[in-house]
Amino acid sequence: MTSVEAPHRAKADRPPEAPTSAAEQPLYAARQKVYPKRVFGKVRSVKWAVLTLCLALYYIVPWIRWDRGPGVPDQAVLVDIANARIFLFWIEIWPQEIYFLTGALILGAFGLFAVSSLFGRLWCGFTCPQTVWTDLFMFVERWIQGDRNARMKLDQGPHDTNYWVRKSLTHGVWLLIAAATGGAWVMYFVDAPTVTMQILTGHASAQVYFFVALFTGFTYLLAGWAREQVCTYMCPWPRFQAAMLDENSLVVTYRDWRGEPRGKLKAEGVGDCVDCFACVHVCPTGIDIRDGQQLECIGCGLCVDACDSVMSKLGRPKGLVAFETLKNLSASAAATAGMAPGPDRFKAGMAARQMPRFVRPRTLMYAGALTAVALVMLGAFLMRSTLNVTVLRDRAPLFVRLSDGAVRNAYTIKIVNKTRDEAPLALVLQAPEGFHMTVQDVEDDAQGRPVLHRRADGIAQYRVFVTVPHGQRIAEDTPVSFRLLDAQGRAVASQSSNFLGPKP
Amino acid sequence: MPTKIEKDGVTGRETTGHEWDGLKELNTPLPKWWLWTFYASIAFAVVWMVLYPSLPFWGGTTGWIAREAIVAEVAEANARNAPMMARLRAATPEQIAADPEMRAFALAGGRVAFANNCAACHGAGGQGGSGFPALVDDDWLWGGSLAAIHQTVAHGIRNTEDEAARTSVMPRFGADGMLTNPQIGDVAEYVLSLSGRSSDPAAVDRGRTIFAENCASCHGDNGRGNREFGAPNLADQVWLYGGGKADIVAMVRNPRLGVMPAWEGRLDPAVINMLTVFVHSLGGGE
Repeated sequence: MTSVEAPHRAKADRPPEAPTSAAEQPLYAARQKVYPKRVFGKVRSVKWAVLTLCLALYYIVPWIRWDRGPGVPDQAVLVDIANARIFLFWIEIWPQEIYFLTGALILGAFGLFAVSSLFGRLWCGFTCPQTVWTDLFMFVERWIQGDRNARMKLDQGPHDTNYWVRKSLTHGVWLLIAAATGGAWVMYFVDAPTVTMQILTGHASAQVYFFVALFTGFTYLLAGWAREQVCTYMCPWPRFQAAMLDENSLVVTYRDWRGEPRGKLKAEGVGDCVDCFACVHVCPTGIDIRDGQQLECIGCGLCVDACDSVMSKLGRPKGLVAFETLKNLSASAAATAGMAPGPDRFKAGMAARQMPRFVRPRTLMYAGALTAVALVMLGAFLMRSTLNVTVLRDRAPLFVRLSDGAVRNAYTIKIVNKTRDEAPLALVLQAPEGFHMTVQDVEDDAQGRPVLHRRADGIAQYRVFVTVPHGQRIAEDTPVSFRLLDAQGRAVASQSSNFLGPKP
Repeated sequence: MPTKIEKDGVTGRETTGHEWDGLKELNTPLPKWWLWTFYASIAFAVVWMVLYPSLPFWGGTTGWIAREAIVAEVAEANARNAPMMARLRAATPEQIAADPEMRAFALAGGRVAFANNCAACHGAGGQGGSGFPALVDDDWLWGGSLAAIHQTVAHGIRNTEDEAARTSVMPRFGADGMLTNPQIGDVAEYVLSLSGRSSDPAAVDRGRTIFAENCASCHGDNGRGNREFGAPNLADQVWLYGGGKADIVAMVRNPRLGVMPAWEGRLDPAVINMLTVFVHSLGGGE
């Protein structure tokens, strides 16, 4: 992964059940239940804030209203699959513009890569839905069953009334949260107030109930039961996050150059780490950060808060476990190599640190890709036309000979109107002299041009005939074009086609 | 027969006890999740076989088959269309063409019905062919008004099944010996002159008198046709069987008479109304 090998506890010294231990293990790793302990600190506060923000957005956004006129959904964010529209505040995406969604996803991906290369696994530790909901569920568990020690005692003790009451209450609250989550998901696809009433009164469609049940089930399973197993075994992000981090990214690390050798508080010649296992006990994935960079470490930084609180109680400087770059870590290790534990070693190690290089080729490339995609999407969005005309020439027959010998081609003209403006448009034909156009079932305007009416947010279809009188010499294939003019006579859309006739 | 079951040091598993040229196989048990998924699929299959028709002699407790779902869906679609179809059945083609809602429905339904019933002879777009009139042009044998089209569609032409079928017969001038070959040639030349394509003025003069005596009674004095007999307009640029001299000669000598089936009784009256409105809208309706 990186060129720097952070020294850590020797393999032989690690507990046999740790995933990184050296002991002979069966290939199947049985699950070790993780009991994260409650922690207080700056990182925990930030995590709570991010969690609240993410959940608030998720649950509240479907309820935001946006008036678009009569007959149109008034939900600000709505993926209206039934009517084939995506509504995003004032933006309305038609099916043929689905590549805007692609662009948004690409932006998301590149954004994720950029953030990871700068600040490590912030997504995994703070904003990932799995982390957010697992954190929430763990909070519920801690609220009902108690903190780490109380929970362990409950699980290991007799399965009495107290056990069952607490467990069912926990799972009950979990299911309620999961149901709210499933319901909120559906509200992004169906109007929120409507579908909420329908679900509660039992009138929702089978699809709605199915998807609510599906997301309820999966939220409950993944956040209540699977938890860290998702990060360790199921999710692909951990496996290639390593490719996005380098020695200049901020990651959660253990400053072993000041922590080793570990020992009890009063012992002589020991480093700052007193082996209190606080960092292990608060970890939601149950790993020991002192073993170094690991796939299972989601970079949530709770161990930073845990160790900081212990260090401050012991009167030692904070930051034994901290957000640090691996480059700084090896620089500090080099600067303090061979030094005895003590304040001098601490000063020398911290002095060897440098400001992380946030501007480097990797981050520049990610930022560049992000900017490029954003500009392309913005450009495409600003240039999208809201009025299109398509011309489909009849192919059966290619041309019709009328009784007076004239040659006629028929066209189906469709006006695609993505706005709610229904102002009529005049149709004109651009063709050589002698070509005459009529449109079925429409009136002419004062200048003798057929007036076509458009449908608001829809497609209007007209049948158009172009006729060439008998005796006029025409080629087998003559290019013609159709233009739509607005009330001021300006061309707002045009499309070319051709006029076919008999072989000359 | 397993001969020698050993324990593998690395994985802790036993071998199967067989040995092939020094190769042994670990007797690793199937993963529990795989096993239970397998059992679940068997249970699922049993439940399925009980519920649905799965065996030749077993209709299943629910008896549901996909075909019934389709039949139900078609019935539901027909029920949805029933009010409009009732309106189309009761109205005349003129009323349908005048009412925008009925007209839109009729055009859409007529397009489908045309493709199913008429396109085989009249072409996918109504362009016709040799012997099959083109419905897109403005040349009509029996009339192009809504009423005339309705009559033609409902009762057909020269068929034996409908008494109200339109019918007429062109005499076989050549085959029955009514005209000699030179006479047929002359009258053909005259007919060509009606559309300005003749090349022999003398023949045209001779053909004029033959035409007046034999053809004008049906095709009109000036050859403009007669819709009562379905006699085509010989003076225009549209020809059902071809407009060259040889085609005209062949037609006079041994006329081909087209047959069209009667659709009344075969199609719902509403569908016939829709077809009428649709054909009228193809580009040549009168």
